[in-house]
Amino acid sequence: MQDSHAKKTDDKSGYGTTGHEWDGIQELNTPLPRWWLWTWYACIVWAFAYWIAYPAIPLVSSFTKGVLGWSSREAVVADVKGLQTLRGPMTAKIEAASLADIEKTPELLSFARAQGAAAFAVNCSPCHGAGAQGSKGYPNLNDDDWLWGGSLEAIHTTLQHGIRWDADKDTRSSMMPAFGKDGTLKPNEISATADYVRSLSGLPTEKGSDLALGQSVFAANCAACHGDSGEGNQEVGAPKLNDKVWLYGPDKALIMERITLGGGGVMPAWSTRLDAPTIKSLAVYVHTLGGGQ
Amino acid sequence: MSLAPAFDPHLDEPEEPLYTARKQIYPQAVKGFYRRIKWLILVVTLGIYYFLPFVRWDRGPNAPSQAVLVDLPHRRAYFFFIEIWPQEVYYLTGLLILAALVLFLMNAMAGRIWCGYLCPQTVWTDLFMAVERLIEGDRRERMHRDAQPTNLETFSLKLLKHSIWLLLAWWMGGVWVLYFADAPTLVIELATFRAEPIAYISIFVLTFTTYTFAGLMREQVCLYMCPWPRIQAALTDEHALNVTYRYDRGEPRMSLKKATHARSLGEPAGDCIDCQQCVAVCPTGVDIRQGPNLGCIQCGLCIDACDDVMAKIERPIRLIAYDTDVNIKRRQSGLSEVFKPIRARTVLYTVMIVVIGAVMAYTLVNRAPFTVNVIHDRNPIFVKLSDGHIRNGYTVRIANMLTAPQTFTLKVDGLHEAHIEIIGGEGEIGGLPSISVGADQTREMRVLVRAGEEDNREGEPASLEFQIQDIHDGRIAVARDFFRTPHSIH
Repeated sequence: MQDSHAKKTDDKSGYGTTGHEWDGIQELNTPLPRWWLWTWYACIVWAFAYWIAYPAIPLVSSFTKGVLGWSSREAVVADVKGLQTLRGPMTAKIEAASLADIEKTPELLSFARAQGAAAFAVNCSPCHGAGAQGSKGYPNLNDDDWLWGGSLEAIHTTLQHGIRWDADKDTRSSMMPAFGKDGTLKPNEISATADYVRSLSGLPTEKGSDLALGQSVFAANCAACHGDSGEGNQEVGAPKLNDKVWLYGPDKALIMERITLGGGGVMPAWSTRLDAPTIKSLAVYVHTLGGGQ
Repeated sequence: MSLAPAFDPHLDEPEEPLYTARKQIYPQAVKGFYRRIKWLILVVTLGIYYFLPFVRWDRGPNAPSQAVLVDLPHRRAYFFFIEIWPQEVYYLTGLLILAALVLFLMNAMAGRIWCGYLCPQTVWTDLFMAVERLIEGDRRERMHRDAQPTNLETFSLKLLKHSIWLLLAWWMGGVWVLYFADAPTLVIELATFRAEPIAYISIFVLTFTTYTFAGLMREQVCLYMCPWPRIQAALTDEHALNVTYRYDRGEPRMSLKKATHARSLGEPAGDCIDCQQCVAVCPTGVDIRQGPNLGCIQCGLCIDACDDVMAKIERPIRLIAYDTDVNIKRRQSGLSEVFKPIRARTVLYTVMIVVIGAVMAYTLVNRAPFTVNVIHDRNPIFVKLSDGHIRNGYTVRIANMLTAPQTFTLKVDGLHEAHIEIIGGEGEIGGLPSISVGADQTREMRVLVRAGEEDNREGEPASLEFQIQDIHDGRIAVARDFFRTPHSIH
């Protein structure tokens, strides 16, 4: 037994073996340099120094803070402060310039678009989508169809005061009545009106539908806000009904649902949450998505 | 008798230690052909390294006038007439591939000549050893002094040596940072302590590593830290010239007296007189007579040392020489020597070097001085406008690599009817929207393309070509993308 564990010298390499043997295969003892060992010890010491200097060990409801008092949260706050200082001059320029001037100055435009895109991703994309493409009931901000106006000033106002946001006294409000739910209109009238609305933008209507009835109902109930020919009214946020863009969709069932339930979307007022330069940048960003007027 | 092995308390006690202290190597001074080559290469390579940052190269206004400069803050690299932008980092990749292939080819031809002559570790270690010899004397003197207890003389000599080493190391690191900023300006800034902290930190780190690697660790870097000795073994073959002890001529080794006696009796006697000169001069402490060795950097200093001895004992020189395994075997069996520099692997390496080099040179010479890149909006893919037309949005980036501001016109081909709008555009030239881009800069714009009715159709999305044209000389750069509609596939 002892023989198989005896330390021997390997003939080929001249190195000693560790004495370990597996099925005739022996392990060479190739010693590491001692400086390597000391480097390793030094790393261990360094690791302990780290433990002492920095937050390291989790406790039941807390953790060891480390003698340097470093905290990742404070580091982030300091980094954000640093960035704000860095952006300070540009932010001041954005604050001073008019919205139209921002769009005309390449330097300001690229800064505002970058800042606007970042603010949009955090604040606006949950409703309007990552690319501002909107979804059912939430307007697409890329197209040229605007509920409350697509000029820089109008977008800026919407951002500042929101839509139907009661906490802001300058918010813009309007409410489409729930014609069906309230019993104002009968089901056959709603059906006829929906068909008539579809006909305004040249969409096919249901066979045998009473478009004349629809037209008269529309004139009596809808035209006040949506206009005689469905051209909409940005003063009261009434959508255009004679174009190819639909807030809730062009299907007859969806239009009937809107006539039945009425209502309107809500957007928060951002002036209480975002600072003035950020809101300006957002207005420029949305305006330059492509649909701005 | 028990089947289980008896417990042996000494079993796990290694007779050899698991860690070994470094054995101090005292390389002896040597003169000769290969030593002269090494001095020459040392002077040339260090000369290039130290003086290159100060070489000027006029690129006109709006560009730095330093021949070799890596401008990290502005993301530009300059090498004489070449300017590399970050997106062209493939030139660096290509250069690294070429360097690797040249290394392989060198290895297939003549072993580790990189290690022996060109590696910065070798060159600086050589320089540090020269300083050591100058101050502390040659091998025997240093060994003798280190064996004595330290006295004032030893201490002061060592202090002087380490001070000069630190100065050399500091100079090495100091020059390194000059490749990353305007060298003359930075020298003044460094001297007046107005340079960026990163410059001082880099110098400190490089001073420390150079001092440690070239002064203290030396052959340990080659033996334990460098991967090349391990890789190299897989790339060499029996036809590669390696520093070789010609054992067919040297063995059986014996003293000069015994050899003379043996020869007079007609008995076999090798030329090796076991004088250990080859070991004494070796910077890595290798005995070349043991055959190919991981520690051998093939610097050829043992050849010089052995030639010296052979000349003195009036035997033919080159008992140690650049030789191949094949030739030793052939001489032993009485065959003539063969040299085969043209082998499958050397041909393959050469062809690869030539092809890659040619492709790189071709692309470099023919690259456009300005480029355009287009990214289609990811979301939304398309926008339906109130009149039913479809619009696609793109981010267009123009890179003007010229050292003068340029104005470009933008044209989009591929649609029956296209209305193009540049957000923040400046106007029109000849009916096309125009954009100006500053010297050596890029500019990113949002470009909206609105298509006519005819383009809103079933089928594959229309392929668009974005074409920018320099209004002064009419040169063109293009980028391609697609126009997507609710009806297009994909």
